[in-house]
Amino acid sequence: MTQEIIISGFGGQGVLSMGKILAYAGLMEDKEVTWMPAYGPEQRGGTANVTVIVSDEPVSSPILSSFDTAIVLNQPSLEKFEPKVKPGGTLIYDSYGINVPPTRKDINVYCIDAMDTAAQMNMIKVFNMMVLGGLLKIHPVVSLESVLKALRKTLPERHHNLIPMNEEALRTGMSIIKPA
Amino acid sequence: MDKEVTLMKGNEAIAHAAIRCGCDGYFGYPITPQSEVLETLAAEKPWETTGMVVLQAESEVASINMVYGGAGTGKKVMTSSSSPGVSLMQEGISYMAGAELPCLVVNVSRGGPGLGTIQPSQADYFQTVKGGGHGDYRLITLAPASVQEMADFVDLAFELAFRYRNPAMILSDGAIGQMMEKVVLPPFKPRRTEEEIMKECPWATTGRKGMRKPNIITSLELRSEEMEKINIRIQSKYREIEAKEVRFEEYMTGDADYLIVAFGSAARISKKVISIAREQGLKVGLLRPITLWPFPSKRIAELASKVKGILSLEINAGQMVEDIRMAVEGKTPVEWYGRLGGIIPEPEEVVAQLKKLFI
Repeated sequence: MTQEIIISGFGGQGVLSMGKILAYAGLMEDKEVTWMPAYGPEQRGGTANVTVIVSDEPVSSPILSSFDTAIVLNQPSLEKFEPKVKPGGTLIYDSYGINVPPTRKDINVYCIDAMDTAAQMNMIKVFNMMVLGGLLKIHPVVSLESVLKALRKTLPERHHNLIPMNEEALRTGMSIIKPA
Repeated sequence: MDKEVTLMKGNEAIAHAAIRCGCDGYFGYPITPQSEVLETLAAEKPWETTGMVVLQAESEVASINMVYGGAGTGKKVMTSSSSPGVSLMQEGISYMAGAELPCLVVNVSRGGPGLGTIQPSQADYFQTVKGGGHGDYRLITLAPASVQEMADFVDLAFELAFRYRNPAMILSDGAIGQMMEKVVLPPFKPRRTEEEIMKECPWATTGRKGMRKPNIITSLELRSEEMEKINIRIQSKYREIEAKEVRFEEYMTGDADYLIVAFGSAARISKKVISIAREQGLKVGLLRPITLWPFPSKRIAELASKVKGILSLEINAGQMVEDIRMAVEGKTPVEWYGRLGGIIPEPEEVVAQLKKLFI
């Protein structure tokens, strides 16, 4: 099985680190993974996106024209990547940044109010983990345990006290995602 | 511990591999998209463990001349940069080829010409394999297509550089440098001792201590008759490299009607192109040159007689396509496709081009 995922939003939303945790979790499960950022002169408030490929086989192209799943966290990302979801694929969006919702009928569209929920719960810093939780509910590409393992591995030890908060965010994301 | 699978960027893999293969010194100057090489080395502090020197020079010109100095003493030394920075190093590379000094230069290339863009590009192919510096010289060139190969080719490049006393280049690009993949880092090799260097590099300026005639490291010889002899000797070394060191990978070439020739990240894209094309009933295969010089001309010529067309997929305006055409000698149509200025061609776009050009 291969999952080709694009995660796109504003710089500062944790798009790249969400992708990194997902890729690391794939590594924990001995899968093949590629994390390809659209790197550039990006900065906080600019656009950021990352392609994450998790597969049971060696990954061919890190550059893709279409995706199994797109996670879009703002309007420009939705406009750019909605047309690039494969027919029958999945689109996940956070309604917070979206004025004009997706229109395609040949893909499965899910909405996650992660930004609002994270703000209410005073968990803005782990907003990205909430979104990741939403993805894992729809497509268990990796297990929650592997994500937690990845967090322990990638977070410096002094931040390990934040792992329970990340776990809460992941579980919250799983419960709040709904078909759009 | 050594065999641990980890996730890292291509640039980080270069740095870790350098420390592990017993590199004596790195001299460089930051530039996007390769700055993580120097950053990782600075964070790893190898001077405290293996004794490897890591120095941020004042410029790329200084970096390559520090490499010249280190290499002259038989040390395993390297630098890395990206396209505009590598242009600045060309004089030093030519001098090192002339003085027959081994070293490793890593180019994590970006779009040009000029300052260009910071996005990935393969537009430095000509500069690398045709001699970006002056004079009749060649650069042993390895083109990694994965983070694993970024790690593996550091040691290989040093091995080839020392075997033939010639600079070696790892020609990568921003995509391979910036992406993260699984990698198994090579095992630790100790740095060579002074005694080992004196034994393995009898030409090096290690201090003669009255034991032998002085070694002189220079690319200067004002007597043309002597200079021609030096050139002939260097050329015969190049012929030996061409005979012995060609490396390539073949992918689904067995039954292929069409062949893509591509290196580095373009080769990765090609594998996806092949799976899409084959789903549509189009039998496409890939030849991926791993050494860009020496170029796998012989194998390409053999495959040319078995296929109906060859596509050179490059992230540039068509450079390697000239070497392919030279190898094929008109036996088979050879076309080029690519994108410029830091845009990377997408797999479906290449499939469409393949059909347009050949069918």
